[in-house]
Amino acid sequence: MSRHIEETQKMIDEVMEVYPEKTKKDRAKHVKANDPTGSCASCQVKSNVKSRPGVMTVRGCAFAGAKGVVWGPVKDQVTISHGPVGCGQYSWWSRRNYYNGKTGIDTFGTMHITTDFQEKDIVYGGDKGLDAALHELKELFPLSRGIGILSECPVGLIGDDIEAVSKRVAKEFEIPIVPVRCEGFRGVSQSLGHHIANDTIRDYILGKGKLEKTTPYDVNIIGDYNIGGDAWASRKILEEMGLRVVAQWTGDSTVNEIAIAHQSKLNLIHCYRSMNYICRHMEEAYGIPWVEFNFFGPTKIYESIRNIAARFDDRIKENAEKVIAKYKSVMDALIEEYRPRLEGKKVMLYVGGLRPRHTIGAYEDLGMEVVASGYEFGHNDDYRRTYPEMKEGAVIMDDATLYEMEEFTRRLKPDMVGSGIKEKYSYHKMGVPFRQMHSWDYSGPYHGFDGFPVFARDMDMTVNSPTWGLIRRKKSS
Amino acid sequence: MRQIAIYGKGGIGKSTTTQNTVAGLSEAGYKCMIVGCDPKADATRLILHKKAQATVMDLARERGSVEELEISEVLLEGFRGIKCAESGGPEPGVGCAGRGVITAINFLEENGAYGEDLDFVFYDVLGDVVCGGFAMPIREGKAKEIYIVTSGEMMAMYAANNISRGILKYAQAGGVRLGGLICNSRKTDKEYELISELAKRLNTQMIHFVPRENQVQRAELRRQTVIEYSPEHPQADEYRSLAKKIADNKNLVIPAPLSMDELEQLLMDFGILENEDAA
Ligand SMILES: Nc1ncnc2c1ncn2[C@@H]1O[C@H](COP(=O)(O)OP(=O)(O)O)[C@@H](O)[C@H]1O
Ligand code: SF4
Ligand code: SF4
Ligand SMILES: [Mg+2]
Repeated sequence: MSRHIEETQKMIDEVMEVYPEKTKKDRAKHVKANDPTGSCASCQVKSNVKSRPGVMTVRGCAFAGAKGVVWGPVKDQVTISHGPVGCGQYSWWSRRNYYNGKTGIDTFGTMHITTDFQEKDIVYGGDKGLDAALHELKELFPLSRGIGILSECPVGLIGDDIEAVSKRVAKEFEIPIVPVRCEGFRGVSQSLGHHIANDTIRDYILGKGKLEKTTPYDVNIIGDYNIGGDAWASRKILEEMGLRVVAQWTGDSTVNEIAIAHQSKLNLIHCYRSMNYICRHMEEAYGIPWVEFNFFGPTKIYESIRNIAARFDDRIKENAEKVIAKYKSVMDALIEEYRPRLEGKKVMLYVGGLRPRHTIGAYEDLGMEVVASGYEFGHNDDYRRTYPEMKEGAVIMDDATLYEMEEFTRRLKPDMVGSGIKEKYSYHKMGVPFRQMHSWDYSGPYHGFDGFPVFARDMDMTVNSPTWGLIRRKKSS
Repeated sequence: MRQIAIYGKGGIGKSTTTQNTVAGLSEAGYKCMIVGCDPKADATRLILHKKAQATVMDLARERGSVEELEISEVLLEGFRGIKCAESGGPEPGVGCAGRGVITAINFLEENGAYGEDLDFVFYDVLGDVVCGGFAMPIREGKAKEIYIVTSGEMMAMYAANNISRGILKYAQAGGVRLGGLICNSRKTDKEYELISELAKRLNTQMIHFVPRENQVQRAELRRQTVIEYSPEHPQADEYRSLAKKIADNKNLVIPAPLSMDELEQLLMDFGILENEDAA
């Protein structure tokens, strides 16, 4: 074990010290000093287990994963939050999944539609109300191409048969109606919701459409939710490379895109965590290979472009180099501008999905160092992909608690913290520069060549804003 | 006010026995209320002389929510001023009947159904305790006293033992106590001895042995209790006697449920179950 790892481990042990014995033992398995080689057995982070009672976790539920992340952005589907009003109300609009279309006419992304369960629906069951809701929705929104029924907890508890309702009404309407059993009590975090959503894509939509004309250059973007326009920025690069993007899942996507994606040649997966399941299925069922890519920051973008091009013929490979050449000067100039202001600045991240590892390269392009990173709902395969991306002795944390984050902030003294809305204000109060890295703090895109200038500007603005200095801090005792 | 919950296997005679006993209690001058906690809503018809009264949940469904109800619509008076309410609930196989019981009892409480003048409230609860919803009458210190209706039939005894297990949980946590077994006779062999023995093993008593009697059906056909329909009939006296025993009962215990093996051994001792080894 190296000195870096030992020192970090000592600090982690100190932070854990305040916990009661059982909690300490449990939490210690989730917070580790990084070993980039992955060979140090005691440095492996434990993940994807139930949060410890008594600590402050920021995880969401399966409903959040299925509705908020995967299904919600499908723009021409009417997505029902099936159950009491709150679950959908609080996730309304929240991820800023941009889309083109006329909301309420042919697209429904930012609408909140719920069956609004009352006591009587619990006692007598919600199936009749659901049936009525489906009929009303069809009448209100004749241009909807599908309806998703996303189950909240009570629906699962009382055993409503939403599958039977869906089946019957889908036949009547001749559009897909997808019952999604994503009750929040299932699984340990939003992660199971992603998986359940993937399974319903497989069972109800995928393969049901037909792409009239295919080309050897057809690809799908998988796991890009177009937050602040991310997927558009990614799509642009791929198109400039000469590829044809058949489907963009699920940011700005249509039901039809989901139905025809099985005819593409290659799946390009950005958020591995939330959509690897469907890629594996398409590989098995349709023989479509998949490749992970990372469009955060020029270094990773160039690498990914070349990696993707390697799957195609010389024409695409040549295009790839042309694209890189075209943007390199712009990117270099940008780095030249921002790097002096950000060089050596330390970053602590605690996010979900892909960002804890995927954004590291973008920070490094700006001369910044990610000294700690963690996942709300990662699995072992996420951590295995993270170890090599981080420096030896960096802190890796799984399902971190607010206490741990505050302590690591105190000890590591990062120049900025990137995390979610629940953490944002406690950092504001601490006077620590903070960036909401789930929905880009009302900014974006951050993907691709279009995104990096925004990313660089935002990080500069965060770290170097004079505001932080004006926040009255508690006199440290 | 004593709040009493009646549990027991479906069809064993809970509703019949409850209504007849309550008729006996009110004859003796006690003020009583019956709260039916079964979606079938047949716990008050012998008192109200109706096929079925409007239930809390059915009306709430019609109107949209319980807030739209008046207590007078769901709390009716019948024979000798006995107050009657029914929780109501879904058809079998849909929704959550347990939640209906919770909602209905809360509604009754919040709207003053539990007047100070009441001496007894009886909850007539569906079947076994299947979930938290049906335990509602014995949760949160509502009914503190429980009687289990059983007979000498094997399944009724299994159910009685299971219910005792449910009671045990609430007895340890709160003040819920078992008041006894009511044997509603099915004329099985050695029924009196068997249920007396089962009661003893459960650490309780067989509070009364109610004979099987066709007069019960005759009264039922006219939607009446035996006490109202034929006050002179010996069966009416049986219910009066049960009513008196309940009114006087001081023998309230924490039950000691039997293990499956113990229960089966008991049944074998009485020749109800054949010993597999011997057979
Ligand atoms: N002691 C008895 N003698 C004859 N019939 C009885 C007796 N007790 C109950 N019954 C009959 O048994 C049937 C079921 O009783 P009920 O009270 O509805 O059961 P539960 O409420 O436990 O489901 C009724 O039709 C009733 O007339
Ligand atoms: S855990 Fe259940 S009740 Fe809570 S938000 Fe999720 S689906 Fe809704
Ligand atoms: S078991 Fe109980 S809680 Fe569950 S649906 Fe049935 S009545 Fe409701
Ligand atoms: Mg009954």
